[in-house]
Amino acid sequence: MELKQEALAGTLESSDLFIRVSPSEDPLEIAIESEVIHQFGEQIRATVEEVLAHLGVTRGVIVIQDKGALDCTIRARLQAAVMRAAGETKMDWEALK
Amino acid sequence: MASKRNPMAALGEHAEGLEPFAGFNAKAPFITGPKADGDRKIVESVEEAVRRVGLKDGMTISFHHAFREGDKVINLVVETLARMGFKDLTLAPSSLLGANAAIIPHIESGVITKLYTSGLRGKLGEAISNGLMDTPVTFHSHGGRVALIDKGEIKIDVAFLGVSACDPFGNANGTSGRSWCGSLGYAMVDAMHADKVVMLTEEVVPFPNTPASIRQDQVDWVVQVEEVGDPAKISVGAARATTNPRELLIARLCAEVMEHAGYFEDGFSMQTGTGGSSTATSRFLERRMREKGIKAAWALGGQTGGMVDLHQKGLIDTLIDTQSFDAVAARSLAESPKHMEISTHFYANPFSKGAVVDRLDMVILSALEIDLDFNVNVLTGSDGVVRGAVGGHADTAAGANLSIVVGPLLRTRIPTVVESVTTRVTPGETVGVLVTDHGIAVNPNRPDVAERLKAANLPVVPIEDLYRKAIAISGKPEPLHFLDKVVGHVRYRDGSVIDTVRQIAP
Repeated sequence: MELKQEALAGTLESSDLFIRVSPSEDPLEIAIESEVIHQFGEQIRATVEEVLAHLGVTRGVIVIQDKGALDCTIRARLQAAVMRAAGETKMDWEALK
Repeated sequence: MASKRNPMAALGEHAEGLEPFAGFNAKAPFITGPKADGDRKIVESVEEAVRRVGLKDGMTISFHHAFREGDKVINLVVETLARMGFKDLTLAPSSLLGANAAIIPHIESGVITKLYTSGLRGKLGEAISNGLMDTPVTFHSHGGRVALIDKGEIKIDVAFLGVSACDPFGNANGTSGRSWCGSLGYAMVDAMHADKVVMLTEEVVPFPNTPASIRQDQVDWVVQVEEVGDPAKISVGAARATTNPRELLIARLCAEVMEHAGYFEDGFSMQTGTGGSSTATSRFLERRMREKGIKAAWALGGQTGGMVDLHQKGLIDTLIDTQSFDAVAARSLAESPKHMEISTHFYANPFSKGAVVDRLDMVILSALEIDLDFNVNVLTGSDGVVRGAVGGHADTAAGANLSIVVGPLLRTRIPTVVESVTTRVTPGETVGVLVTDHGIAVNPNRPDVAERLKAANLPVVPIEDLYRKAIAISGKPEPLHFLDKVVGHVRYRDGSVIDTVRQIAP
């Protein structure tokens, strides 16, 4: 999936996360800021990379501000942000996993 | 004719070391002369009081924290002492809160070099956890603080005690004047043990100010200041009243545990600690008490509006109060003859001739973390930073017939049930039941309680199941990294060291 425009998803509420994705010509750049970075930083990054791989995103800038969201929330917010940025309205359920 | 007597002759034989009478005012300093002034204790400023008490570098100063997040005294006095050039002081308040971040620069500059407290929150907790002080902070429970004072480890040279109203001789309570804090249970200990006592008061009221929770025979100086505290900020933070549905769910489940654990009989006693679910439990007890036709003989605290409500409805006979968590509790202390103000010595000192906690049936307590051995951490967050307080946690857990810990299984992504607590504050052997939003676990050392709760069809599971469930939802957290430097000693109520707090890795 190709990111065509900047898009947002999520909130800064506790247990949620706020994601901003932007198109870029360069390879993927992922910046994660999290209240639970020491305990869960690697797991969050792994989840983000997995979702992006499933959606076939290879270029772009992903900025995440995490307020202690669970994995399911991270997946849902990231999928929403990527689809908005790609202008995609049809669900590819296989890729969303 | 007395003037013609030979004073030495009046002594007769066996009078070595005795002094002859020399007039009614010869020895008593306050009857005649300049010191006989009834306003003699009133001084113009905090600086003047500090000069009069003879504070010196290296001494220990103390405060009470009944105004909690609304306190205005601790920061004011520490700033004053810094301005006056004092160094190397030991700060030994009953506790410190988020509002006390203002003292950080005075620790950096060496005004304060040693700290005793029940807890730390906010930026001050973060700074301490990042190695702000060379000497580790001593964290104590409320009862344990009095024990450390009794032993002489904390020797209070000067206590600065903030009250809303005080008479010219120093009689003070927390239920007169503008800014009520309610019970002065912490301050009573300082007034009893400090070498010098300075009252900071918003107004000086006519003598005698009753009831005298702090008494004139304990007080050296009285200073009028603009404000000592904002009572509206007592019930924020840890002492808040919750509307969070998850906390209310846990509170209701906790009430069911109380009903069925074996102590819910006419004349029972209870305490609820700080934390949303804990204080909310009282709201779910009324119906259960009425249905069974029973009343509580007394409730201990940390009093709240919820407890006062039950008291006013006749469902709790006596409220015993070391600290009033809201305005309703403070008002009740002023108005109800069966709302009793007690010191933390009376409350929880393990070496007093009678601590109330020892008579307690059930106590409801919070936890930042609880581990598979039921050890509880209420001091450090899951990131290792100090963000809580020992409070009466370890005291009441040890004294009560049944201690019930309440908490959500997860706070955001952070599990409350963990393999091993970051900091051990209350030993698992004194914790009976854990109530979470995902089920109840009973300490294996209380098979009697487990049996009764299961018989009542409550969702009792092994604590290991709750742990596995938490990890399944959150993922397994990476272990924290600490440096070698010890930033805090956690002292159990008997004075022994139950754990240490280390500096967090950057």
